[in-house]
Amino acid sequence: MTVVARFEIRYTQYLDHEGRGVGPLPSFAKDAGNLVPDYRAMVLMRALDAKAVAMQRTGQIGTYASTLGKEAIDAGAGAVLARDDVVLPSYRESGIFMLRGVAPHRVMLYWGGDERGNVFPESPRDFPFNVPIGTQMPHAAGVAYAMKLRGERRAALALCGDGATSKGDFYEAINAAGAWRLPMVVLVVNNQYAISVPRRMQSAAQTLAQKGVAAGIECEQIDGNDVIAVRDVLGRALERARSGGGPTLVEALTYRLSDHTTADDASRYRSAEELAAQWKLEPVLRLRSWLAANGAWSQPQEQALQREVAAHVQQTVKAYLDTPALEAAQMFRHLYARLPRVYAWQLAAVAEQEPERHAEHHAG
Amino acid sequence: MPSITLVEGINLALARAMADDPRVVVLGEDVGVNGGVFRATAGLQQRFGAARVADTPLAEGLIAGMAVGMAAEGLRPVAEIQFAGFAYATIDQMLNHAGRLRHRTQGRLTCPMVLRTPCGAGIRAPEHHSESPEAMFAHIPGIRVVYPSSPARAYGLLLAAIADPDPVVFLEPSRLYRRFKEEVEDEGVPLPLDQAFVLREGTDVTLVAWGAMVQEALEAAEELAAEGLFAEVIDVATLKPLDIDTILASVRKTGRCVVVSEASRTCSFASEVSANVSELALLALLAPVERVTAWDTVTPMARLEQKYMPDARRIVAAARKVLQYQ
Repeated sequence: MTVVARFEIRYTQYLDHEGRGVGPLPSFAKDAGNLVPDYRAMVLMRALDAKAVAMQRTGQIGTYASTLGKEAIDAGAGAVLARDDVVLPSYRESGIFMLRGVAPHRVMLYWGGDERGNVFPESPRDFPFNVPIGTQMPHAAGVAYAMKLRGERRAALALCGDGATSKGDFYEAINAAGAWRLPMVVLVVNNQYAISVPRRMQSAAQTLAQKGVAAGIECEQIDGNDVIAVRDVLGRALERARSGGGPTLVEALTYRLSDHTTADDASRYRSAEELAAQWKLEPVLRLRSWLAANGAWSQPQEQALQREVAAHVQQTVKAYLDTPALEAAQMFRHLYARLPRVYAWQLAAVAEQEPERHAEHHAG
Repeated sequence: MPSITLVEGINLALARAMADDPRVVVLGEDVGVNGGVFRATAGLQQRFGAARVADTPLAEGLIAGMAVGMAAEGLRPVAEIQFAGFAYATIDQMLNHAGRLRHRTQGRLTCPMVLRTPCGAGIRAPEHHSESPEAMFAHIPGIRVVYPSSPARAYGLLLAAIADPDPVVFLEPSRLYRRFKEEVEDEGVPLPLDQAFVLREGTDVTLVAWGAMVQEALEAAEELAAEGLFAEVIDVATLKPLDIDTILASVRKTGRCVVVSEASRTCSFASEVSANVSELALLALLAPVERVTAWDTVTPMARLEQKYMPDARRIVAAARKVLQYQ
């Protein structure tokens, strides 16, 4: 018998759950002040998320998938993405888009049932929120293929959850990324649950990162609640992709502190004790403790930030509520580049339900 | 003018599109060195390189999904699925993404891709190589479904499909790949999409068909003509969106209509044509619209496929039936 292959999976963590450094920090974190923008972004994400949940409870938006607990992943990814990289999200990645410059009321529009929530004028190449599980992964391979074909210094970042790693789309895409050495990074947000099904029931693999081994690509695991680890490992993976070094799979360990969506009740399938234990590991307080211990954050700064965030949330809600209603004709407007003649009567029929807007459509 | 087969028409259109537009890339299983199992992509990799004519890993969902990503990122991918029976794996991508990317981003991202696949029975191929999935694709909003029936239409419609700003499922009748030749000038001139072609004019009955069934309909028309019955033959060519106007104009003239589908009967595309004609031309009809289709069975393996597919004989019988209707 001969061993023909071996593998090991590296795990990276810089801050423990109490915000204490474990080992030497990467150079960008030598000055704690460099992490203040990440902290500010994470606090804003959490506040917007809490508002969105409240708006669902009062009927102002529809079913909503909370981002509670994954703020370090979104902030870290947002920090290391380049302007012309392309993000291919699942439906739980709204935090990243905030850092891509997308106005956060678009997230409310999306969960409010309005396609204009997927219009990202500030980040026009990024893909829209993706609800079918894992189907965005092959898109990322196609995007990365286009980048490589044109010889561009860009990368595609595809995000999915732990459940998505069970799907063929996931395997097919990482396999293709390896075969062509595509400039693609896959970030698996392992929040331990696919609705009610725990991580251990998705796969017997010790780590989800090691699925990259079979695809012949770089793969590693990080503490997804440690923004320094996210920035460090993901930043290097993206840079490797852009410079022709091939794809990487990063598994970020985190925990979904919320229900799956506002339509879910997680207390049916997990204990209060488990949830309480996970709250001790959450990313926002961890980063704040570290910043404070390193003299980069103070109580007055925190109070000022909270006021700022409250105002930002209020503006976001206003922008959402002030968005004009969708015309029914909008169903047809972007169906094809030019609506085929055979559907003209259907457009006319639906537009007749809104006679005052009918004329506007024909004018526009 | 060179006389070429249908599969040569496909090859010629691909080469022309690749030469004219650097954004056009071909991807699929065995499309590169091997030139495709039917030779549709023969010589393209040698001419345009392995990056633009890419052999993919063996995964149909990936091929369609990658094409969506490529198209959104500015390429013009032409993806090949080796046989129609394997194209069902692409429906998730075509339905959830290709057909709705434009709408769900309100025009921000678009999906100008072509998904080609050989289609239909009659070539004594193994199991799962002979399916007719056109109705399944035609049910998907936001895409086009194109199904040529001759070398010239294959060439011109494929050029149009590649240039189209929206996703196109391009079905190729494998039975006609080498059945006959037609003169095709390689001048890069596309044929119009969304338009049916009247291939033979007639006054007594309208025969509507697409893909390989067009040849059966033309044969049937020939037989009927020998009896002094003049059939008008329409090649639908673009199934979605359907050029119902051309069909209605013909039915208003003839008063009788037979629709032919190689796919099984229930929810076939023939049902859609029949429903439209019945709704929109009822007062012009002198007889109920007749559908000639495959049976509502599984597509059988080679020994029974000739008994499964409609043929000229069944079309003639259906035409006689509607012509005898009082």
